[in-house]
Amino acid sequence: MRRLFLSLCVAAGAMAQSPIDFARDIEPIFKRSCLGCHGPAVQTNGLRFDDGASAMRGGYSGPIILPGKATESELIRRVMSDKSSIVMPPTGPRLSNDEISRLQAWINAGAVWPQSAKPVAKRRGSSHWAFQPVQRQTGSIDSYVLARLQKEGLTPSPRAGRPQLIRRLKLDLLGLPPTPEEVAAFVADPRPDAYERLVDSYLASPHYGEKWARQWLDLARYADSDGYEKDQPRPHAWRYRQWVINALNADMPFDRFTIEQIAGDLLPNPTTEQRVATGFHRNVLVNREAGVDRAEARFEQLINRTNTVTTTWLGLTAGCAQCHDHKYDPISQKEYYQLFSFFNSADDVDIDAPLAGEMGPYLRALPEYRKKRQALIEENNIPAMLAGWEEKMRAAWANPGKDPEFDFWVTSMSAMFDHARRVVHTPFAKRSQRDQDRLINYFVANPGPQYRDNKEVTEKLKQLRAKLQELDAGFPALTQAYTIAAHPEAPVTKIAIRGDYKNLGIPVEPGTLAILPPLQEPGRLGFARWLVSRENPLTARVIANRAWQEFFGRGLVKTSEDFGTQGEKPSHPELLEALATSFIDNGWSMKQLHRLIVTSATYQQSSKYRPEVAEKDPENMLLARQSRLRLPAEQIRDAALFAGEILSLEIGGKSIKPPLPKGVAELGYGNSVKWAESTGRERYRRGLYVHYQRTTPYPQLVNFDAPDSNVACSRRRTSNTPLQALNLLNDPVFLEAAHGLAVRTAAEPNRIDRMFAIALGRPPAASERESLARYLDRQIGILQAEGRPAEEAWTGVARVLLNTDEFINRN
Amino acid sequence: MEQLNTFRRRQFLKNWAYGLGSMALGDLLVRDGYAAAPNPLAPKKPHFPGKAKSVIFLFMEGGPSQMDLYDPKPALTKYHGKPLPAEYTKDLKLAFTKPNAAALASPRVFRPCGQSGIMMSDYIPHMHEVADDICLVRSMHTEAVNHHPGQLFLFTGSIQFGRPTMGAWSVYGLGSESQNLPGFVVLSSGVGTSGGASNFMSGFLPSTYQGTQFRSGGEPILYLANPEGISAATQRAGLDAIKELNEAHLADVGDPEIAARIQSYELAYRMQSSAPELLDFSKESPETLAMYGVGKEPTNQYATNALLARRMVERGVRFVLMMDASWDTHTNLNSALKKKTMATDQPVAALLKDLKQRGLLDETLVVWGGEFGRTPISEVRNTSDPDNAGRDHHPSGYSMWLAGGGIKGGQVIGETDELGFTITRDKVEVHDLQATILHCLGFDHTRLTYRHMGRDFRLTDVHGNVVKAMLA
Repeated sequence: MRRLFLSLCVAAGAMAQSPIDFARDIEPIFKRSCLGCHGPAVQTNGLRFDDGASAMRGGYSGPIILPGKATESELIRRVMSDKSSIVMPPTGPRLSNDEISRLQAWINAGAVWPQSAKPVAKRRGSSHWAFQPVQRQTGSIDSYVLARLQKEGLTPSPRAGRPQLIRRLKLDLLGLPPTPEEVAAFVADPRPDAYERLVDSYLASPHYGEKWARQWLDLARYADSDGYEKDQPRPHAWRYRQWVINALNADMPFDRFTIEQIAGDLLPNPTTEQRVATGFHRNVLVNREAGVDRAEARFEQLINRTNTVTTTWLGLTAGCAQCHDHKYDPISQKEYYQLFSFFNSADDVDIDAPLAGEMGPYLRALPEYRKKRQALIEENNIPAMLAGWEEKMRAAWANPGKDPEFDFWVTSMSAMFDHARRVVHTPFAKRSQRDQDRLINYFVANPGPQYRDNKEVTEKLKQLRAKLQELDAGFPALTQAYTIAAHPEAPVTKIAIRGDYKNLGIPVEPGTLAILPPLQEPGRLGFARWLVSRENPLTARVIANRAWQEFFGRGLVKTSEDFGTQGEKPSHPELLEALATSFIDNGWSMKQLHRLIVTSATYQQSSKYRPEVAEKDPENMLLARQSRLRLPAEQIRDAALFAGEILSLEIGGKSIKPPLPKGVAELGYGNSVKWAESTGRERYRRGLYVHYQRTTPYPQLVNFDAPDSNVACSRRRTSNTPLQALNLLNDPVFLEAAHGLAVRTAAEPNRIDRMFAIALGRPPAASERESLARYLDRQIGILQAEGRPAEEAWTGVARVLLNTDEFINRN
Repeated sequence: MEQLNTFRRRQFLKNWAYGLGSMALGDLLVRDGYAAAPNPLAPKKPHFPGKAKSVIFLFMEGGPSQMDLYDPKPALTKYHGKPLPAEYTKDLKLAFTKPNAAALASPRVFRPCGQSGIMMSDYIPHMHEVADDICLVRSMHTEAVNHHPGQLFLFTGSIQFGRPTMGAWSVYGLGSESQNLPGFVVLSSGVGTSGGASNFMSGFLPSTYQGTQFRSGGEPILYLANPEGISAATQRAGLDAIKELNEAHLADVGDPEIAARIQSYELAYRMQSSAPELLDFSKESPETLAMYGVGKEPTNQYATNALLARRMVERGVRFVLMMDASWDTHTNLNSALKKKTMATDQPVAALLKDLKQRGLLDETLVVWGGEFGRTPISEVRNTSDPDNAGRDHHPSGYSMWLAGGGIKGGQVIGETDELGFTITRDKVEVHDLQATILHCLGFDHTRLTYRHMGRDFRLTDVHGNVVKAMLA
């Protein structure tokens, strides 16, 4: 206060003196105290004082200089503040009283900023490698790897033996181990191109799409439930997964794969499949806690979408810029919200996405279904009741605080019913059939306080609900898909100051990062095309690097999620350029890219550990051998079921629920997670199809490092814990697999050898055979003492094999 | 961790190079289970000697009502049934309730407890007896007003997903003292919580550090028991065979990860053998069981967990998270809160007394509280039933308490206004609480970091100050 008084006096005094001269009285203050953070090099919070027009525009919060109104100007408030978190400059000496009064006088006099002759400095460029255009490199994979090894005085490893090679290749391309017959055939194949033939046959297998979908779904944070407290199931999420599997199997070029997922809905006359592809964005979590602020919930979703896309395609950790300009990478907070605005312009839309064969039965049953439904609704007087309820709801929306009971219903419906407000405010005649049906179903299940104490009505509604459900159960409904479409209200995006959705600053237009080539066409579709344009230096590198990571356990850029300045530098820069070049040249074909990698000698090396190499290269970065990789969670389960001959190889379709130990689903909120076990062959489908309930995921997936599906996961970690041992030893699923392996080999003359070959894809060494034989004897003795059948000892042998480190690794 | 891996490989290699590899590998591993590959859970030294060795976090999920338990607000009676003055409610944004809702006075009777005279309500009589052991904080403040975000914030310091939880950070920093139990254990009671597994995830830390759930019924740890038809002898024979094959494979391909796998199997086996002893209460005295309320309703479930928690910290478990659901009293406040306190008050107080009588309280930090508190105004979802009233979520001025290792008991930190809306003194942010908990364990919270996506992350994000007044 003292300060304020003083400065007011001084200001009054100053004004009486000679008029303020910008160059003499003002500019030096900016130069000395402001330009370090708000100048040509850095513009913290979008603010700069080296250029008049920019300074007058202000920063992310809006203008900070209001000509003629010094006391209302943020600039003055900041330089005068007593609070250390507010005062500017934040460090160094405060402005003197004289300087403050000069600024006040200058603003009050109209804040005239003489035209500056010097050109406005452009934003600083970046010399960081990942932001430079892809350099054309056309050498072979092996030439780059060899050159580097030679430089380090290392030699590569010999080619892996054929049994090891085929197991590696099939696990890497299809996610399944080879059968002993496949191994034998490959070992015996005399043709010079035996390996290439194997590669081509695997690339043509429909299991290829399943294997590679897993990697993509990690990035897409795919799950079968909403997440957060309520964690409601998403019965149609699998439709998007199906799209991914199909696209990968068809070798859809990655540019198209990208465009359809980012903006398939905006393509001219989009097909259903193109709209299904946008389900990528719908994998985001939804918080249906009743009390949640809708604006906040949507904001969090858009942040998640922005971060997911930047991690997945650009390999950038843009998330930092949600709250402030990125500290290390050239991503300003403004640019972050420019990216954000592409997603802010989209709305969630559920659509019919029929599979082949669904349309006919649906259309035939539809007239009768509608007639029956309408009859049920009318005979229960629903239209009139609904109208009354809607009116109350609209009143509560318009005047919150008047009717606390309806306030609660509005809050609750807004969380549970997508677009609740919009639908209830759309006149009946203009509502889509889908919305009208949804609304009636919601009302019948949640009639609200009006009828709470009316036993007769509540009972009637309960019965009606059951009848409607029964009617639905018998109706061949179409498969649905969760998609996005252009938002009808085209919301304006504003910068969220310090990442706070309540504290909005200046509006921004959709756009990308200044450090990258400019957008060629506007909108989300333009953004999608920009991502996969030849000029974009990041996408091709990021995707090629992730493919490499899958085949070697480590990307050429180890931090496959971060190509920014804090990420690691590529181990073989030219090789990364070569992969990116060939990826684009081959029309963005994923299969070609994978073929290129697996046919290299580098890939086919033995993975045998070499102490003399490890001394120099402990992380095997230089690739003097192949890496030994722990199988991903899903593949461990697949491999065990496969060995037990109980794996179902059916491709695609809905998610499945294998038996779950007691106490897992119970951890879900308020016992709301319902886990209806799949029956028959369903429960033996591949791990990819296991229903992913975000708050209570299937334990085997968690134990073996599957991601939590909340944010994009670019690389899984591999842990090695006792819980994994307990899981493999004692989970009934794995015991069943072991039993299957024993049963299927019961008639084999060399049963140990046969079981070994099925499990590990190679014959046992003599010592290994002896170990197992010794175990078998001991186990038979134990079983006899326990009065159990000796045959069980063979299940024991199988169980031992399925628990070996080799079984859950690929060499 | 990256460095650790590298280090581990180097160590192994050194052994290898000096010819140890030619020794029977079994010998190498038997001599010292951790010689070849250091266990990521091996005990580690903190930044400075911490007073607390372990933490028991008594998480009351849903938001306990502070003005009915720990923070008396007699002035509310004046406004009971009427809207509060606008000066209190003008910036209020709540989950369900509108700011003009009527005040709800607490019908609870408070009295000063212990020598310290801390005021507590008649719903928690057992806590009265340990008033001098707790440091009550009446000025907690959080950033979130909904359950799942609130729980994420409390346990990870961020409302966004993917960060490690407090328990994971603790075990990452300190390792585990136990050779045969997990370092971070989760016990739950009641129905599932809003946060579910995200309250004990390891986030971007290695999954070794995530919480392991102990179930109160059936198998305490998932897949701990041998499956049907597998006897102890069968299990051991199988493990021996697995080990033999793994050792042979290790000798052949040489990957140190195989040595680590062999150790995981041995640790798994030790867990299998030691967990039954942990769960066996037969050596506990009848007085102890009675003090907790084991075997009696309505306390049995929570008492069992509380006693288990004591037995776990005795055996070297670093962090025990006890999640108790359903403190979310939007409606029927009086009856719902009574039910919750009847089930937990006695076991919680008994845990403090028991730890104290065994000399364990000095090295065990006990924390009690929820993800936020509740409003002084009432939430009514059924206007025709006056007993239906409850309280909405309130992010400011809620109560938590800490006791034991490193904490000065018998004191109150902070104060709220006469109606319990705002904090009037010594605000304690969630990040401050986290910083203080880490401090008790011997960590400077700004230095317990993990590099992820190019940045050093920490539990307290970029915030947090140790609340010195809480410390002993």
